[in-house]
Amino acid sequence: MDWRRVEENIFKCLMLTSVCCVVGSLLFILGTVFVKGFHALTLDMLIKTPQGGYYLGKGGGILNAITGSIVLGIGATLLALLLSLPLVVYLNLYLRKNSRRAFAVRFLLDVLWGIPSIVYGAFGFTVMVFFKLQASLLAAIITVALLILPIMARSMDEVLKMIPFELKEASFAMGATKFETAVHVILRQAIGGLVTAILIAFGRGIGDAASVLFTASFTDSLPYSLFKPVATLPLAIFFQLGTPFPEVQERGYAAALVLAILILGVSIAARFISGKFTRHVIR
Amino acid sequence: MTTPCATHIQTEHLTVQYGKQRVLHDITLQIPDRQITAIIGPSGCGKTTLLKSFNRLIELQEGVKVSGSVFVDGENIYDPKVEVTRLRKKMGLLLQRPQVLPMSIFDNVAYGPRIHGCRDRRQLADIVEKYLRMASLWDEVRDRLHEAAARLSIGQQQRLCLARALAIEPEIILCDEPTSALDPASTQRIEQIFMELKKEYTIVIVTHILRQARRLADHVLFLYLGELVEYGQAQYIFENPQQQRTRDYIMGVIS
Repeated sequence: MDWRRVEENIFKCLMLTSVCCVVGSLLFILGTVFVKGFHALTLDMLIKTPQGGYYLGKGGGILNAITGSIVLGIGATLLALLLSLPLVVYLNLYLRKNSRRAFAVRFLLDVLWGIPSIVYGAFGFTVMVFFKLQASLLAAIITVALLILPIMARSMDEVLKMIPFELKEASFAMGATKFETAVHVILRQAIGGLVTAILIAFGRGIGDAASVLFTASFTDSLPYSLFKPVATLPLAIFFQLGTPFPEVQERGYAAALVLAILILGVSIAARFISGKFTRHVIR
Repeated sequence: MTTPCATHIQTEHLTVQYGKQRVLHDITLQIPDRQITAIIGPSGCGKTTLLKSFNRLIELQEGVKVSGSVFVDGENIYDPKVEVTRLRKKMGLLLQRPQVLPMSIFDNVAYGPRIHGCRDRRQLADIVEKYLRMASLWDEVRDRLHEAAARLSIGQQQRLCLARALAIEPEIILCDEPTSALDPASTQRIEQIFMELKKEYTIVIVTHILRQARRLADHVLFLYLGELVEYGQAQYIFENPQQQRTRDYIMGVIS
């Protein structure tokens, strides 16, 4: 009996099992949401805001939550991007490889990554109370941006770490400054990975319920002001699933389906767009 | 105006350390203007370190310590007042493996002039054509200037890197084993270009291929374990080396 072949096959089986578990559970989740929510998903749900008694089973839709989530997701992602891009460029181009400062920043980001989102929510709430602000779109954008910042920054950091040293060297050798090298060479080379990092962060931000529970509050109207409460899809799901009425619960699943499709759509669109930028990338 | 054979780069007691390890030890030498100087020696003897200390690229390495001085055109380049970007603009660098930038062929060559302030499109187009011709790549890429540089063959990429280096209008071309990743035909082309270029540029080439040094070099520096063993005109070094170690290396006794 050839032991090496047996070993090879055993491990191949184990690996296939894990792949099946991961893909299977993902499909199972999506399937459940689809089956339970699809027939509650009507056009009205997508284009109307909740009318009186919506949460008791009367007419209306979740347009407030859809637009709220999109605005909040984009706002928070942009804010996080604005902070994390300079941060990772600094870490990777301006600090030396084993500098203590870089180590400390990376360690802190990893710790922040691990903090549960409800803690971010509570923190945002405390700060709001301190400044005597009410729950608002702005407060939610800031809180969610803080929540996704470590995710975005650390993912981008890993992307920039992979850039070959010779590429930076080639640019510096022409008399380029670090900033020119970062903007014209490094970011261009890394654009595909950076887009993925942004998407991961966006998906996490738009889907998070706990951090917006106190900071965004909820409203039946569309988002029209940075300083007014805003509705979000995760909370719309949460409230609807929490009612005792089966038809409202179904709408909760429909809202979950909308959220899933939204994230999927953004992912596909971003892949498509970044494909146009990556044609010069060196592989 | 400098006369040919005047000194272009000069080092005095140059010592380079990585952490506690001393890579170059007390190097004093002169590199003549508008000639090809080859730095030869076995692997790990500090050839690349010496080359990169000429444009201060060595400073990007982790934990490096440089002492002594390097003069380029009579100016001590390790003086804190020296602007490193201006210094590097004086020197084009060709690496062992061609490292094209993640942009089109045109943009690769235009990158240097652009960062040094040239914005005029016409002028850029002229510069790109001029230096692609000089690197004898123009005819192969003239119809696809806006395609990704990464799609070129490796030999073409190295010539593109040369065009890119020339486009910053340097006085000196530094090459770190520029043909070691290339096929014989590409190598020959690069060498022919160097023979042309030495009329106008000072060329310093690191090589571990002795025959290449014989073919190209006017002057030779022999480094061994971080020390400068011997330097002088190529003819004398190859035919009548004064040091036992140089003789051994050239005969192939040590490598």
